[in-house]
Amino acid sequence: MNNIVTVKDMNLWYGDHQALHDIKIEIPEKSITAFIGPSGCGKSTFLKSLNRMNDLIPDVKITGDICYEGKDIYQKDVDVNSLRKEIGMVFQKPNPFPMSIYDNVAYGPRTHGITNKAQLDEIVEQALRDAALWDEVKDRLKKNALSMSGGQQQRLCIARALAVQPKILLMDEPTSALDPISTSRIEELVMQLKEKYTIVMVTHNMQQAVRVSDYTAFFLLGELVEFGKTDDIFSVPKDKRTEDYITGRFG
Amino acid sequence: MLNESLSKKRKTYELVMKGLMYVAVFSTAALALFLLIYVLVKGIPNISWELLTTSPSYISQKIGILPDILNTIYIVIATLVIVLPLGVGAAIYLTEYATNKKIVAIIEYAAETLSGIPSIIYGLVGMLLFSNNMGTCLMAGALTLVIMNLPTIMRTTQESLKTVPQSYREGAFGLGAGKWRVIRTVVLPGCVDGVITGCILSVGRILGESAALLFTAGFAHALNGFVQGLSSPGATLTVALYVYAKEQGEFGVAFAIASILMVLTVVINFAANLVQKHFAKRRSS
Ligand SMILES: Nc1ncnc2c1ncn2[C@@H]1O[C@H](COP(=O)(O)OP(=O)(O)OP(=O)(O)O)[C@@H](O)[C@H]1O
Ligand SMILES: [Mg+2]
Repeated sequence: MNNIVTVKDMNLWYGDHQALHDIKIEIPEKSITAFIGPSGCGKSTFLKSLNRMNDLIPDVKITGDICYEGKDIYQKDVDVNSLRKEIGMVFQKPNPFPMSIYDNVAYGPRTHGITNKAQLDEIVEQALRDAALWDEVKDRLKKNALSMSGGQQQRLCIARALAVQPKILLMDEPTSALDPISTSRIEELVMQLKEKYTIVMVTHNMQQAVRVSDYTAFFLLGELVEFGKTDDIFSVPKDKRTEDYITGRFG
Repeated sequence: MLNESLSKKRKTYELVMKGLMYVAVFSTAALALFLLIYVLVKGIPNISWELLTTSPSYISQKIGILPDILNTIYIVIATLVIVLPLGVGAAIYLTEYATNKKIVAIIEYAAETLSGIPSIIYGLVGMLLFSNNMGTCLMAGALTLVIMNLPTIMRTTQESLKTVPQSYREGAFGLGAGKWRVIRTVVLPGCVDGVITGCILSVGRILGESAALLFTAGFAHALNGFVQGLSSPGATLTVALYVYAKEQGEFGVAFAIASILMVLTVVINFAANLVQKHFAKRRSS
């Protein structure tokens, strides 16, 4: 299997505070990789550096190589907007725009120059189907997205991300704000999505990592302690700290 | 026993405070109402169709305020057309682009200070900057009003830009939208209320302004079209009120204008409230 993202010797500072130390990881294509670890260990920070969302924060300094399909994404000639088109993101809190369901999903394609109505209709429908939301909203596409339930809003955000046809989907604790039923719907969805997309997902929920992911990376205090097949990490962890964490001895 | 007397004391205290508050509220309301009624009673009988639709004429010895009404409209339009792009643009720059927090803070502080300066000082500066170069005219007045109202528009826009959740911006950037697209499609629509509120406040301020305009726009009552009007001296309603009352002793006309301004003020306040309520409701839903 190909590695779609490879990271080497990566360090990240917020001002003087070093949040990531010597990260090295290779993320396989069309699979689900879970990031686990205690709060504040740098999972979100690392996830956001994969599509340069950290650029929005002043005073962030990054060293090392982060390569997407063999190309260093922090090189000067990289177009950030096209990078984010390829590597989409779903946030912890559902954040639909205050516009109609349709316009939310069409936002990305319109951003990237698609104006043809028929073509947009098709993309919107496909994205909503992929996000398992089509049947629930097909009769009220013109309704304001903020009128949906939290779980629906999060699936809408997934649909919105899918509509630009990314290669990778980064998800930062996509179910932490949701009830158990919405959570399991999104988990099923994520497992279907890996046929077409590479998914990287932060989770605080150990069971979720086991249920959903193929690979797991364990972070601690800004370091990537261990990375491997999820089954291995949870049954035969190599590092003592990983073992302590997954058996609930700290964190 | 102890508790009982204590609670009694407290109750009397509360009652007295409540009473005082009622007195304060009542006298404020009564004062406002008295003023409104007094002006309307003295003014409305003097308002006639003729007054509203003619120019003053020395031959017929009659006074009409149509030129003053038009001048007011011209100056409001000219001021808003100039101040809106400047104020909104500055607000967008400060909240969305500027990275130097210190400079932003200094500019915000300066804007706050500017809005507290007595308007006659703006008039003096406007006279030197504009009237001395382009002559005394409505445009010089409008430019002076632009300086006066720039902080207002900037601040109200900025305040509402700050209420646009950061998560909207992140969502849009995450989809590969460029900075300007993010601003145009998700940030600006969220600050329409601030812009409208700023406009309404500015219109109120322009209607009420006399000192700054006496210096810069003059007090002629000639009937002009828009372009001609802007390049000629002219009185707005408020300035005309001053001129008629103070220079000509025409108190009937002055009160007629006063009652028109009064009604407009009430309407503007009402509109500002309505806009704010409307958007507050939309935001919370
Ligand atoms: N914008 C920021 N500015 C400065 N420091 C930050 C910023 N964001 C995160 N940090 C710091 O970087 C470290 C890693 O934070 P990060 O949000 O990546 O942790 P996390 O693993 O995602 O935690 P959680 O599980 O609570 O979401 C923390 O020490 C945090 O305080
Ligand atoms: Mg996090």
